[in-house]
Amino acid sequence: MVSTMFPLTLTGARSARAGKTLVGPVDLTLGGQGVTVVIGPNGAGKTSFLRMLHGAARLSSGRIDWACPTPEAQQKQGFVFQRPVMLRRSVLENIIYPLRIKGVSRTEATRRAHEWAERVGLGDMLGRAAPVLSGGEQQKLALARALISSPELLFLDEPCAALDGRAMIDIEKILTDARAGGTRLIMSTHDMGQARRLADEVIFLVHGQALEHAPAAQFFQSPATAQGRAFLNGDIIA
Amino acid sequence: MNDIWGGLTQAVWLVVTLDAELLEISLRSLQVSVSALIVASLIAMPLAAFLSVKRFRMRRAVIAVLNALMGLPPVVVGLVVYVLLSRSGPLGVLGLLFSPTAMIIAQVIIIVPLIASIAHQSLRDLWQEYHDLLISMNVTQRQKMATLLWDARRALLTAALAGFGRAIGEVGAIMVVGGNIDHATRVLTTAIALETGKGEFALALALGFVLIALAIAINLAIHWLGRTEREGAW
Ligand SMILES: Nc1ncnc2c1ncn2[C@@H]1O[C@H](COP(=O)(O)OP(=O)(O)OP(=O)(O)O)[C@@H](O)[C@H]1O
Ligand SMILES: [Mg+2]
Repeated sequence: MVSTMFPLTLTGARSARAGKTLVGPVDLTLGGQGVTVVIGPNGAGKTSFLRMLHGAARLSSGRIDWACPTPEAQQKQGFVFQRPVMLRRSVLENIIYPLRIKGVSRTEATRRAHEWAERVGLGDMLGRAAPVLSGGEQQKLALARALISSPELLFLDEPCAALDGRAMIDIEKILTDARAGGTRLIMSTHDMGQARRLADEVIFLVHGQALEHAPAAQFFQSPATAQGRAFLNGDIIA
Repeated sequence: MNDIWGGLTQAVWLVVTLDAELLEISLRSLQVSVSALIVASLIAMPLAAFLSVKRFRMRRAVIAVLNALMGLPPVVVGLVVYVLLSRSGPLGVLGLLFSPTAMIIAQVIIIVPLIASIAHQSLRDLWQEYHDLLISMNVTQRQKMATLLWDARRALLTAALAGFGRAIGEVGAIMVVGGNIDHATRVLTTAIALETGKGEFALALALGFVLIALAIAINLAIHWLGRTEREGAW
């Protein structure tokens, strides 16, 4: 399945807040398949970049063009936030929420929620209140809640930041499965191991600028910029 | 002093034996204020939700007006409702003056701003929390409001109880529009005012006990709701 939303083209796209540019201007084109991993140091603008693509942050200048009308594209996207937002409801109610607002029956939604809770490892917590889950459990919930409505494109902002090694492997498995099923993934991570494992292509951000946009193998073997090399070496980037 | 002491023992007796007049007045009070509470909540809660999720030009002004209306002197509300409902007033044909309905109308006007303001505070905070998620899910305006109202239901119940407390304890407005008519519009507060004026402390005190008991019950309920909310038991 190749999504009808792509290619996605950014032309001088820039997002600012209170006069300060958070990310951009960025020019690039994204194709309809695989996993794009956005990397860069803290404060580079990864979160802002994903939010801008998703339409959650207003464009201050430039353009973002989907292959279909923007509202239609937004209907087919999901977003897993760096800081998960928990509805003040049970785990089950959180996971079925996106289906319920789309009019799926409670029975059907609940059935699918059980499957997803099982997959992310929350199977025995469905009755718990979501806001009191641990950080890692909240990330798993957010992932299940995002994937249950089968988005064509899923943004993930550091989806494994609060997860231990075991849970991270489980989540990466779910993400590779989703990718194999045709879901387009655009994610940020600060874990270079994870970036190498998952990425088909890499966008390397520094100070809001997309310094590199390259196939993963190429970027990891021979980054085109000095900053890219320094970042992969674990050096501090000025 | 003896008078008061005698009144006190008599009052306890009235309460213990469920005196018919006491019961009638208490029930009418509850009936009027519960009706007012239901109507006011149906207006105030959706209004509060709307003000939380919808950004429009006059939003700040509406909120400011709402807050200002909270400070309306009830007696003035009573006066305005009286003028509107009086025989020569614009709504005079309805013949509602000196009826429980008139009292309900006055109480609704008094507590809508209170309930809406308190509800708006909690809904606005919850919207801050939910904003990114709900926007990203393309939730409709109506669904946003429904989600907020449902997830903040404990805080909303607190707002409603505060409104009820204000309604049942209010005397100025309902005295003016209800007229404190025996067997028709006499409620706890107006009866207390009347009986005290007549020097009939027994019934006044007994009515006062009922009112205090209601007030304490409401406060306990608010306190308990606040605790379950903080403990995250939902
Ligand atoms: N709403 C905002 N108002 C002002 N500045 C902001 C806002 N959001 C982000 N910033 C700033 O923009 C820059 C980029 O932030 P962003 O969250 O996109 O970085 P990031 O790459 O995701 O960082 P991290 O790796 O820490 O998650 C930071 O300097 C941040 O302080
Ligand atoms: Mg970030």
